[in-house]
Amino acid sequence: MSLVLVGTSHNLSPVEDREQIAVDLAGAAQLAAALADGGEAVCLSTCNRTELYLVWSDPDRAEASAIEALGAGSIELYRLRDEDAARHLFRVAAGLDSLVPGEGEILGQVRLAYEAGSCGPVLDRLFRQALHAGKKVRTETAIAESPSSVSAAAAALAQQVFGDLEGCRVLIVGAGEVSELAAKSLVKRGASISAVTSRTHERATQLAERFESRAVEFEQLADELDRADVVVSATSSPDQVLPREQVRDRKGRPLFVIDLAVPRDVDPEIAALDDCYLYDIDDLEAVVSESMSGRWREAERAESITSHEARRFSDWQASREVVPAIASLRERAESIRSGELAKAESRLEGLSEAERRTVESLTTQIVNKLLHVPIVRMKEAAATEGTGYVEVARHLFGLAEEESAPSSRKSRK
Amino acid sequence: MAELLFWPALLAYGEAAVAYAGDVRRPGSLGRLATWGVRIGWLAQTALLIVQAARADGFPWDTWAGSLNLFVWLVVGAYLIWGCRPRFRLLGLVVMPLAALLLAVSYAAGGVDASGDSGYSTLFLVLHVGLVLAGFAGFTLAAALAGLYLWQERQLKHRSSTLLRFRAPSLVTLESLAARTVAFALPVLTLGMAAGFARIRHGSELDPLIVLTVLTWAVYGVFLALRFGAHWRGRRAAYLTLAGFALVVALQLSLQMGHFA
Repeated sequence: MSLVLVGTSHNLSPVEDREQIAVDLAGAAQLAAALADGGEAVCLSTCNRTELYLVWSDPDRAEASAIEALGAGSIELYRLRDEDAARHLFRVAAGLDSLVPGEGEILGQVRLAYEAGSCGPVLDRLFRQALHAGKKVRTETAIAESPSSVSAAAAALAQQVFGDLEGCRVLIVGAGEVSELAAKSLVKRGASISAVTSRTHERATQLAERFESRAVEFEQLADELDRADVVVSATSSPDQVLPREQVRDRKGRPLFVIDLAVPRDVDPEIAALDDCYLYDIDDLEAVVSESMSGRWREAERAESITSHEARRFSDWQASREVVPAIASLRERAESIRSGELAKAESRLEGLSEAERRTVESLTTQIVNKLLHVPIVRMKEAAATEGTGYVEVARHLFGLAEEESAPSSRKSRK
Repeated sequence: MAELLFWPALLAYGEAAVAYAGDVRRPGSLGRLATWGVRIGWLAQTALLIVQAARADGFPWDTWAGSLNLFVWLVVGAYLIWGCRPRFRLLGLVVMPLAALLLAVSYAAGGVDASGDSGYSTLFLVLHVGLVLAGFAGFTLAAALAGLYLWQERQLKHRSSTLLRFRAPSLVTLESLAARTVAFALPVLTLGMAAGFARIRHGSELDPLIVLTVLTWAVYGVFLALRFGAHWRGRRAAYLTLAGFALVVALQLSLQMGHFA
């Protein structure tokens, strides 16, 4: 049985092509069920990729069926097999094939595809190992730790000041989309929005309601500043809205100010005040850029993890092919040995019980020793050169074809 | 036997120091390797101290070198309480090279085979030397925390784009942990000093070292009063912690010249 992957992603096709073959989860389940007639099948379809993983005995026919099922037409597709296909899935699960390396959403999407697929022993093992590899990459490297957006960087920096943001009071200045994104990022990490203020009070009220907070008049900014731990400012005002004079003595309490506006809302002099930390949009973009390069650096380590996992999968796949052949070979040798002993029964009648045991043991040892080297070589060759040796052994020893392990297909729908 | 235990301890501390340095460049498995180095080294040193205690007639760390050996053990032990968490690995970069260096100095000066032939009673030495050194170990850790605080604060002030790469503890955590460490270490030092003062009444003279110890005690006392009474936090508090530690270093050096002579 061969593992075949057919699909496309953002690396190969533009969105106009990808959207033609994309399916939702129910569609993916249907597609997998339809293709599982020939073996096993899983369809992974996200906004960045649509991929079919098939395990069929005839890989060429599997590829053709997958292309037909996808209705790809002229869309460019990649086609990978066995270890390459496994490595690809492990890279996908680890977020190494994503737009933002290490992003976490893909791992959940791989899990959903696996659960909706029609898996047998091979795809079951492949997807479980992919989920394992995805988690391993995220725990053993720092690929997923650094922020990938300005708002996430702002929240991560706030954590560098306050640690746990639980109980941290955030003041939002300006009620636009940028403020909202930053507020969401902070709230996600445990902070609470203490107040929202804007020149347009109505918009401040609307945003405050979304965060179960309160809107305050713009004139109350200085008072609210005293209470806040974090300030997010993103107004469209052409002038500064937060001059240095408005920040009173913090008495050792840190104040983290995030200025996302262009032109800037916050007086840069605030950065010089004790216990005040100010980051503007350029600073945050520099943090994101550094963090992305950090992700790429970590990606190198992640690649070695996924390659290792792919090799493990490949070894397992090879051993899966070789184990039934070895069992069959041993069985055949044993049946010959016991058959020949039975034939010689009349000539062995005069032997004592101890002598009989010796003959039994001797013949068993001869068979074992004869088989030892071929079996070891078959195992080695299966891991390095594929299953060619298995086929040769089957042919040479006349082993039955039905020895292959039965595939217990299951549907996870 | 003691020597057999000293080398594994030193090697493990050294390994931890090197692995912590590597972990800064590539966080992950090297950090875990460092943590195991600290644990194994500390266990080996604990065994070393037990062997020393079993073999000595009295208090085995009554020399300057011996006290340094005990001091290293206390510092690493205190660091082990929370220092092995991934976020505190940067602190290991300061603590573990220092521990390895001081342990090597202690060995070179004969601190691993201390004889315990001091004229003082074992109980007095356990109380006085043990508690004073435990207090100093606490101040050493507080200084490392304060140093890390100042580094991190500077990075934030200068809006360093690489700050998130290092996975350091937050400013608030570092500040509060340094203050709590001093709040624990100062009473311990006070008890150790009280044991020493109790002995002075029996005829010993007041030496400059005692004055320096009292000065150190006063600096940390002022620190705690300002930190918990006047909400003194941030950079000023960190500088004060480091000033106190400078006195601890001076004290350790003076011990070699006078107190144990």
